[in-house]
Amino acid sequence: MSTQTIDLTLKVWRQHKNNPRGSLETYPAKGISTDMSFLEMLDVVNEQLTAEGIEPIAFDHDCREGICGMCGAVVNGRAHGHMPETTLCQLHMRHFKNGDTIVIEPWRARAFPVIKDLVVDRNALDKIIQAGGYISINAGGPQDGNAIPVPRDNAEKAFNAAACIGCGACVAACPNASAMLFAGAKISHLALLPQGRPEAKKRALSMVRAMDTLGFGNCSNEAECEAECPKGISIREIARMNREFIKAALS
Amino acid sequence: MTLESKIPAGPLQDKWDRHRFELKLVNPANKKKFNIIVVGTGLAGASAAATLAELGYNVKNFCIQDSPRRAHSIAAQGGINAAKNYANDGDSIWRLFYDTVKGGDFRAREANVYRLAQLSVNIIDQCVAQGVPFAREYGGLLDNRSFGGAQVSRTFYAKGQTGQQLLLGAYSSLMRQVNAGKVEILPRREMLDVVLVDGKARGIVVRNLVTGELESHSAHAVVLATGGYGNAYFLSTNAMSSNVTAAYRCYKKGAHFANPCFTQIHPTCIPVHGTYQSKLTLMSESLRNDGRVWVPKEPGDNRPPGQIPESERDYYLERKYPSFGNLVPRDVASRNAKEQCDMGKGVGETGLAVYLDFADAIARDGRDVIAGKYGNLFEMYEKITGEDPYQTPMKIYPAVHYTMGGLWVDYNLMTTIDGLFALGEANFSDHGANRLGASALMQGLADGYFIIPYTIGGYLAGTKLPEVDASAPEFAESRSQIQSQVDKLLSVSGKRTVADFHRTLGNILWDYCGIAKEEESLKKAKQMIAELRAEFWENVTVPGDAADFNQALENAGRVADFMEFGELMVTDALERKESCGCHFNTAYQTEDHEALRDDDNYCHVSVWQYTGADSDPVLHTEPLEFENVELTQRSYK
Ligand SMILES: Cc1cc2nc3c(=O)[nH]c(=O)nc-3n(C[C@H](O)[C@H](O)[C@H](O)COP(=O)(O)OP(=O)(O)OC[C@H]3O[C@@H](n4cnc5c(N)ncnc54)[C@H](O)[C@@H]3O)c2cc1C
Ligand code: SF4
Ligand code: FES
Repeated sequence: MSTQTIDLTLKVWRQHKNNPRGSLETYPAKGISTDMSFLEMLDVVNEQLTAEGIEPIAFDHDCREGICGMCGAVVNGRAHGHMPETTLCQLHMRHFKNGDTIVIEPWRARAFPVIKDLVVDRNALDKIIQAGGYISINAGGPQDGNAIPVPRDNAEKAFNAAACIGCGACVAACPNASAMLFAGAKISHLALLPQGRPEAKKRALSMVRAMDTLGFGNCSNEAECEAECPKGISIREIARMNREFIKAALS
Repeated sequence: MTLESKIPAGPLQDKWDRHRFELKLVNPANKKKFNIIVVGTGLAGASAAATLAELGYNVKNFCIQDSPRRAHSIAAQGGINAAKNYANDGDSIWRLFYDTVKGGDFRAREANVYRLAQLSVNIIDQCVAQGVPFAREYGGLLDNRSFGGAQVSRTFYAKGQTGQQLLLGAYSSLMRQVNAGKVEILPRREMLDVVLVDGKARGIVVRNLVTGELESHSAHAVVLATGGYGNAYFLSTNAMSSNVTAAYRCYKKGAHFANPCFTQIHPTCIPVHGTYQSKLTLMSESLRNDGRVWVPKEPGDNRPPGQIPESERDYYLERKYPSFGNLVPRDVASRNAKEQCDMGKGVGETGLAVYLDFADAIARDGRDVIAGKYGNLFEMYEKITGEDPYQTPMKIYPAVHYTMGGLWVDYNLMTTIDGLFALGEANFSDHGANRLGASALMQGLADGYFIIPYTIGGYLAGTKLPEVDASAPEFAESRSQIQSQVDKLLSVSGKRTVADFHRTLGNILWDYCGIAKEEESLKKAKQMIAELRAEFWENVTVPGDAADFNQALENAGRVADFMEFGELMVTDALERKESCGCHFNTAYQTEDHEALRDDDNYCHVSVWQYTGADSDPVLHTEPLEFENVELTQRSYK
């Protein structure tokens, strides 16, 4: 791929304590290499803003390889931008055209208050896991790792569900700001493994209850979450969670 | 001063057992009277915090990210070693021990490495029980592969996301303890100082990264699991927030720093392509199991790879190292890549890359098999470069990846400050001068699940610790020092951004203290870093306020520490007049261009004591004694 440079116009959500209601501000982004990642493009813009005495745009990021789940913003109305199964840090500028205007906003959900600009508080996702997203064993002397064979197919399905990076794009994409895909992924991951079965019912009940109390909405099968999930988590995980939940509620 | 490594007496195999027996125990009913601070939520920190809480201690666990699940361990790809010998191919605890000591070029402690190999088997059992979805065979048993420099298959993996799955396992145990009320998580906090009362670590001061407030937290002991400092080089495979600040500030308070120049440069990363670049992406070295590394035979041959016939390609690793081929250890692979590029045989736009070619593997095993093994890595490569590795060879180049150096610790993982422990990549660890693939995850989890829970008990049970709370004057003093540094950073109002300084520092370290070092250039680097540091305090610009979410300010503090620390790295490199593992001084090499050790004069850990910002640190040495292995010249021919 040959490198080119493009000129863009950014409309970026700016919000902080001196501007608590927030507003979109317009900045030029000139001479952007198409090999850059979206976040590198923001770095370049931030260097320019700093030089002009404007406070740089706050945005969360860390690994920049699509695995930590720290980055994320709504780009032209799409969570993590328009490329399928791609986190914002892995979105590259070769997917934009010279002259494009790009609107960049934070995740918007009742359960994710804005901290500053594009940075939101996703603590509620940890709280859902605290409600039961684990297997209750202590470090110590568990049996040999090969004592319980796990059919390869199940192990793979469990892995696919466990691949969730906890970014919260599913919540941001959902018209009800529901966290069903996130919770479903964890509940399925553990329910698919023999080690996770003993607590499967209790887990489903308490994690679903936690979602309600934390202010996440309900699932009305819009499937927007699946479309925006950077890790390809399938809405089948929600169906599996519902089955676990119903089993638990009936017993 | 003498460094007491506290290695237990007795035969190697019995040391850890014996030590565990000899350690004092904290009465179960008393554990809840102890508060422990764990800084870091990576594999080492999360496993330690969860396990200590399971035992009954009260734990406060800090991290920079918004959630403990995002620690940099999440990015580890390839796998974790364990001497399970499931593959029945001759592995054993002894072999893992031997490979690790040899791989580290005989610059690690025998006793520590043996313990690590022993504990490796428990880690896998623990993780399976937690629900870590490791790769499995059709029969339902755990699958293994061979990895970086090992001739047995002992690496457990979960696709190319092993670190993620292991960390989520540790995180789930941690969340369970939060639910049980035994762990308090304090995310978006950066530790900026360790606080000593009566010479013992009794707490920390952190900056709340949302409000900017400086908070004091007291405890009976402090555990540091803050990861590695590869970002000193600006470009590395580490996460953006990886830093030396936590460890460096402990160093300034009296925790000695060991082997700071031991940096691992990983051979298979996506090459640099522009000055705006913010980080380098690792392509797991598991790829070297099936990919073949080559360059054109003729310097300057810039035909596309498909047009270079077999006879005009040099598969230089296979040619030079017939028995290990593409699987030579990382340091050897990195040095060879640089050597080829220095000869003008590098490929790609910059000439700083070599090919990693899967064509033969795809022809042999079929695209599906290769996709099954490396699918996600290939996708990641394509996302970043826009090129499809199924069609055209990958381009790779070495990048800074891991730091073997770290805070010096004794066998109990305690630093030279009483009550301050260091785990995971933050300590100087068990990897000597070079870490083998899939061994960092193993070490982090061994430290956290299986070592610190015992050794911290020994410390707490055997030490008089009067009650101290955060109102002690030592905390106020520390806060005021930090505040004045923060104010200073904000008031310089110069012309250069923090990132710009960081990039310059990185270039100096990469050029002069990187893959190959030389005395003269190291001296030059030291001078250049000192000048850069002086300029920083006169010409840096840090926008925004102290009492706010301010990422530029966070970075400024980290870069200021990297600059002081960079000098220490260079000082250490200058002092070690030998080559060993990743530390390659061109003046000391064998005829085959391998690292030439000097066991008579340098078979030791270099341990540095801080003496002030503008005075030279003092060197102490811990001699390394090898009673169970013979020191040999590494050869991977
Ligand atoms: C891309 C990549 C791939 C890798 N692949 C492998 C592999 O396949 N196998 C293998 O064995 N190893 C691998 N490694 C190495 C391994 O991942 C790391 O060495 C290991 O995960 C480090 O774990 P840790 O717990 O010590 O630290 P980290 O995981 O780095 O965690 C550090 C923690 O400390 C916190 N922290 C840091 N500074 C502060 C501060 N000042 N205040 C508060 N908190 C702080 C952070 O927030 C974080 O929670 C890889 C490394 C990289 C970069
Ligand atoms: S399910 Fe997908 S979108 Fe939702 S948090 Fe997980 S990775 Fe992100
Ligand atoms: S920065 Fe880690 S997923 Fe994007």
